[in-house]
Amino acid sequence: MKLKTLLMGAIACTAMAPAAFAERGKDGNVSIIYWQAPSILNPFLSGGTKDVESSSLIIEPLARYDENGGMVPFLATEIPTVANGGVSEDLTTITWKIAPGIKWSDGSAFTAHDVKFTADYCMHPEGGCAQLTKFEGVTSVEVIDDLTVKVTFDKPTPFPYGPFVGGESPIIQKAQFENCMGAKAPECTEQNFGPIGTGPFVVTEFKPNDVITMKANENYRDPNKPAFATLTFKGGGDATAAGRAVMETGEFDYAWNLQLAPEVIQQMQAGGKGTPIAGFGPLVERIMLNQTNPSPDLPEGERSTAKHPHPFLKDPAVYKAMSMAIDRPLLVEIGYGQAGQVTCNWVPAPAAVNSDTFKCDTQDIEGAKKLLDDAGIVDTDGDGIREKDGVPLKVVYQTSTNAVRQDFQALIKEWWAEIGIESELRNINASVFFGGDPGSPDTFQKFYADVEMYANTFNGTDPQSYLANLLCDKAPKPESQWQGENISRWCSEEYDALHAELTKTADAAERAAIARKLNDMAIEGGAMIPLVHRGRLSAHSNTLGGVVLNVWDSELWNAADWYRKTGS
Amino acid sequence: MTELSQPQPTKPPRSQWLDVWEQFRQHKGAMMGATLFILIVATVYLGPYLWDIDPTKTAIRERNQGPSWAHPFGTDQLGRDLLARMMAGGATSVSVGITAMLLSLFLGSFVGVLAGFFRKLDGPLMRLTDLFLALPLLPLLLVMMLLFREPLNAAFGLERGIFILIVSAIGITSWMPTARIVRGDVLALKEREFVLAARSIGTTNTRLITRHILPNVLSPIMVSATLGIATAIITESALSFLGLGFPPDFPTWGRLLQDGTDYLQQFPERVIWPGLAISLTVLSVNYLGDGLRDALDPRIRGR
Amino acid sequence: MLTFTIRRLVLAIPTLLFISLVIFLLLELAPGDPMAQVPLTVPPEVKEKMREALGLGQPMHIRFWKWIVQFFWIEPQVLIDHMFGTTFSAGDLRVISWQTRSPVMDIVVQRIPQTLWVVGTAYVVAIIIALPIGIYSAYRQYSWFDQLGTFVSMVGFSVPPFFSGVLVIVIFSVQLGWFPSIYDTTLVVNSWDSFVQQLKQMVMPVMVLALQITAQLSRFMRASMLDNLNQDYVRTARAKGLSEYVVVMVHVLRNSMIPVVTVIALGIPSIFGGAIITEQVFKVNGIGQLLIGALQANDLPMVQTLTFIFAVLIVLFNLIADVLYGILDPRIRYD
Repeated sequence: MKLKTLLMGAIACTAMAPAAFAERGKDGNVSIIYWQAPSILNPFLSGGTKDVESSSLIIEPLARYDENGGMVPFLATEIPTVANGGVSEDLTTITWKIAPGIKWSDGSAFTAHDVKFTADYCMHPEGGCAQLTKFEGVTSVEVIDDLTVKVTFDKPTPFPYGPFVGGESPIIQKAQFENCMGAKAPECTEQNFGPIGTGPFVVTEFKPNDVITMKANENYRDPNKPAFATLTFKGGGDATAAGRAVMETGEFDYAWNLQLAPEVIQQMQAGGKGTPIAGFGPLVERIMLNQTNPSPDLPEGERSTAKHPHPFLKDPAVYKAMSMAIDRPLLVEIGYGQAGQVTCNWVPAPAAVNSDTFKCDTQDIEGAKKLLDDAGIVDTDGDGIREKDGVPLKVVYQTSTNAVRQDFQALIKEWWAEIGIESELRNINASVFFGGDPGSPDTFQKFYADVEMYANTFNGTDPQSYLANLLCDKAPKPESQWQGENISRWCSEEYDALHAELTKTADAAERAAIARKLNDMAIEGGAMIPLVHRGRLSAHSNTLGGVVLNVWDSELWNAADWYRKTGS
Repeated sequence: MTELSQPQPTKPPRSQWLDVWEQFRQHKGAMMGATLFILIVATVYLGPYLWDIDPTKTAIRERNQGPSWAHPFGTDQLGRDLLARMMAGGATSVSVGITAMLLSLFLGSFVGVLAGFFRKLDGPLMRLTDLFLALPLLPLLLVMMLLFREPLNAAFGLERGIFILIVSAIGITSWMPTARIVRGDVLALKEREFVLAARSIGTTNTRLITRHILPNVLSPIMVSATLGIATAIITESALSFLGLGFPPDFPTWGRLLQDGTDYLQQFPERVIWPGLAISLTVLSVNYLGDGLRDALDPRIRGR
Repeated sequence: MLTFTIRRLVLAIPTLLFISLVIFLLLELAPGDPMAQVPLTVPPEVKEKMREALGLGQPMHIRFWKWIVQFFWIEPQVLIDHMFGTTFSAGDLRVISWQTRSPVMDIVVQRIPQTLWVVGTAYVVAIIIALPIGIYSAYRQYSWFDQLGTFVSMVGFSVPPFFSGVLVIVIFSVQLGWFPSIYDTTLVVNSWDSFVQQLKQMVMPVMVLALQITAQLSRFMRASMLDNLNQDYVRTARAKGLSEYVVVMVHVLRNSMIPVVTVIALGIPSIFGGAIITEQVFKVNGIGQLLIGALQANDLPMVQTLTFIFAVLIVLFNLIADVLYGILDPRIRYD
C-alpha cells in the first residue's frame, strides 16, 4: 500500500510540476498491450472498447472526462455551461469554442467544419454509426465561424454533452473522410486504418487485430509532448499473458483491463516490474431476475414474455431472501480483490447518484429463511426445496463463460441451496450470450432462464439513458426481434413517470436525487440483485510515469503526458 | 490292411481367441496397461464411495490449501476438495473420452474401409471426408447445440442429454483422419496376394473385410484410438470453456487443467493432478493397444 | 496416374463449390451476431442500423452469390493488378471483413508470414525428429529407447498447448528470462541480430507445437514400421544378403510410409490454418488467431473466406497424398 501511495504522490508531483526539461520524443518507445486486439481505428464504425481506446491516441474529442468524472476541455477553450453562456437558457443549444492554433497531424488547421462534418458522418442514415446515441436528439450542427460550432437539440436537453465529448465521440478530419460518408464508409480502408488526428500520436502501420505502431505527432499542440517518439500497441491473447508481460517479464509498459483472480494479480505484482492500478466507474456485476416465465413448456414466442408472469420471482420475499443469502464481501474478495466493492445499487457511481438506502454487506441466511417462512413459502414435500403455490423454487441460473463468473455461480448456488432454492447452472459462450441473434435461445436478451448474471455500465457521467433501460416498453419481445434493454422485463408505471421527470430536470442535484430514487425503486421492486461494483484494473510498468487511470473516458486519455522515469 | 493309426488329438482344438488371450497375458506392457487402466476406472467410479466429500461443496475458509490429510490433493480457489473433484471429473472425462473415441474410431474405420475397398464408394466418401475436414468446428458445434440440445435434454434428462451431445459432437468432428489413414492402408492391402487368393476361393466381401483387411489395419487404428482419447478429453474441456459442454459446476479433467493453468505459479499441484491423470489414462490405453495389436498378429505369436 | 490427377482436379471444382455452400449455410444457421462484441452501452436500435450497414438485411442467396463473385472473380483480378500493375479491379467491391471493414485477403496476406514461420517450422522440426524416432522405436521394439519414446510422446500428446504453452512461458520467460513471452509481428529480419531475435521468439511456440506433432507422427511411423518388419518380403530381402540398413531404410520404410504420408498430408493444410491455441498463447497473431477472432466476432465473410482457403488446401493435399500412394506402392490403382 505504501508503495502505491508513494507512486500516486510521485504522479501527482509530476503532474503539478511544469515539465521544464520535457522534450518531444526523448523517451524512445512505449509499448501497450490490450488482450483484445483493435480491428479498426475509426470508433464510429466499431464501438468496441479496444477500438475506441486505441484510436483515442490519435483522434480527440472537444472535451474529455477526467479521472474524477469532471469534464476538461481538450480541443475546446472551455466547457460550455448555462452560466458562461455556452448553453442556451432553454437548454436546446450548446455552443463550443475551439481553441485557436490547433493543427491536424498533416499540418492543416483544425476548424469548426471538421466538427460539423463529424456529426454529419455519424448521423448519415446508411453509415451504421456505432456512436449514434451520442448524437441523439441533435437536429443540426452549425458552423458559426471557423472556431465556433453550435449544436441544436430537438428538445430541452439538460445534459447536452453527448456529441464531441469523451473517447466515443472524437473529431475526424473532413478532408480525409469526405468521400467516406454513408454506405461508402467501409470502403475507406486506408482512412479507417490511419485517421488523421489531433492527438499525440500518428499511425505508422496498422495490422488489424494484431498490432499498431505509432510515432509522435509532429504537429501536436504542446511542442514538448509526447515524451515518447514511438508507440507499440499490441493486441490479442488473454488477460493473464498481458499482466505477465507488464508485471513479470517487463516486456510491455501498460496492460489494459486485467480481469484476473486477486491471487494471480498478487503473484504477478511480486514480479516487481509493474504496478496494478484500479479505478471505479459505474460497472456493476448483477443478477437479473426474470419477471416472466421462461419455462420450456410454454410455446415458442410466449416463453419469457409479459404474457406469462414468473411464478415466484416477483414475490418480494423470494428476491429479498435471495439477495440476503449472498455474501457480497466474499464475492469481492474471491473474484475481484482491489478491483471490486460491495454494492447494493444498480447505479453506484458517480458518487452523487449512489444511493445509501440499502445495506447488504452481511450475509443473513437465517434472516432469509425466516423471510421465506413468514411469507408462507415453505418446503411442503420434504425434498429440501421450498414451494410457492405448489411451484418448487428451482431456478436456471445462466451467465457467460468466464472463470470468475463460474466461481460466483458455484458459491451462489450453494447459498441459495441453504435457503431452499435449487439452481441449475449454465454458462454460455460470450459471443453467443451477448450477441443479439434472435434465432439463438441462449442470448441474454432472450433470457430463457430464471436468473442471469452479467455486468453493465454506461458511458460518461450522466445516468439518464442508462436508467431508461428499465422502462416498460424496452422489454425484449418477439415482436421487436428480442431487442431491448429491459432485460428483466421489469415494469412499473411509477418508475416510467419518474424517469420522464428526470428527462425534464436540469438542476444537477435534483437530477441526482431522482436518479437515486429510480435506483431504489428498481432494487426494491426486484428487477435485479446487484452483486459487485466492479472497477477497472490495469497495470503499468514501474518505469512508466504519468499514468492516471480514467474509467470515465479512454484509459489512454493522457498518453501525451506519459514519460519514462529516469533512474529506475 | 494295417490300420493307419490316426493320431488322436488329446486336447480340444485351441481357438484363435484363446491364443490371442494367451499372447496378450504374456505381454508385459499390455498387462501393465490393463492394470493401470482398470485402476483408474475403479478409482474414478468407485472412489467417490470411499471418499465421500461432495466435489462441488465449497468451503471458503479452506481455500487454496496444499495437500493435507483432510484434503490429500489440496483444495481449489473456492475450497473444494481436489481429490473429490479429480474423481468426479475422471468419471466424466474417462467416459466421454472412451465413448467419443470409440464412436470416432468406428465411423473412421467404417468410412475408411468402405472407401478403400469399394472403388465406387471411394470418390463420394472421400469427398465427404474432405467436406468434414473443411467445416469450421466452432460453428458446427454451435449449430449442433442449437438444434439438438433441447430435444436431447427433454428425451434423456440434462446430464445424459449433454453427454450424448458432447460424445457425438466429438465423434462426428474427429473421425476424418482415421478414415483417411485406414483408407490409405486398405488401398494397398487389397492389392496384396493374400486378398487375391482369398477372393479367388470365393470369399465374400464381408468376410474379406472382417477376416483379412481389418486385422491388417489394426495398428493405425490402435494409434488413432490412443491419440483419440487424449483429443476427446481435451476437446471436452474446450467445449466446456466455450459454454457448449457440461454445466459449469461439473468438474472434468480437462476443465480442472484449464482452471489450474491460471494458478500455475502459485499452486502447481493443481495442474499436475489432472495433467498426470490424462497422461496416465492415455498411456495405459496406448499399452493396451500395443498388446492387443501384438496379440492379434499371428506372425509374432509365440515368439 | 496423370488422367487420374486431371480428373480429380476437375472434380475438385464442383466439390469445392459445394463445400463453400455448406460452410455458408452452416455459418448462417449458427447462432451468433457480429454485434456481440459491441459494448452493451450501444443500444439495440443502433446495433440494428450497424447490422444493416454490413449488408445483413439482404436475403441469404444474394449474399452467397456476392461472396462467390467477390472471391472468384474480383479477388483474382486484384491479384493480377497487384502483380502486373493493371487496373482490372478498380472500383469493384472486394470481400470485406465485418470487424475491420477492410479486404479480407489483405489481412490474410499480412498474417501468412508469421504462421508459416512458426507453424511451418514446427512441422518441419517435428517431421525431422519424428520419423527417425518412429523408425528406431519400431526396429528396437520394447527397448528402453522405445519405452522412453512412447512415454514422452504420450505425455506430450496428452498435455494440451493451453497448458504446455503457459508452462514454457513461466519457465523460460518469467523465471529464466531467455525468450520473450510475446511474439513481435513487426520484427523485420534484415540482419544477424534481428534473425537471432526472430529465432528467440520462435523457440517456444515451435517447441510446443512440434511436441504435439512429433508425438502423433512418431506413433504412426512406429506402428506402420512394426506391421512391415515382420512381413515375408523383409525375410526375403535379408536372405538375399541385403544389408540391414538397406532392408529397413529402403524396403520397410517405403512400404510403411502410406499412413505417415496421410497424416502429413492432413497436417500441411493445418500449417496454413495456423495453430489456434498456440498462436493465442504466444500472441503470434497468425491465421489461426485470425480465424478464432473472426469466429468470436461472427465476422462471417472472414470465416467463410478462411475456411474456404482451408478447404482448397485440404482437397489439394489429399489429392497429393493419393498420388503419392501410387508412387509408394505401384500396385495401388485408381482407374
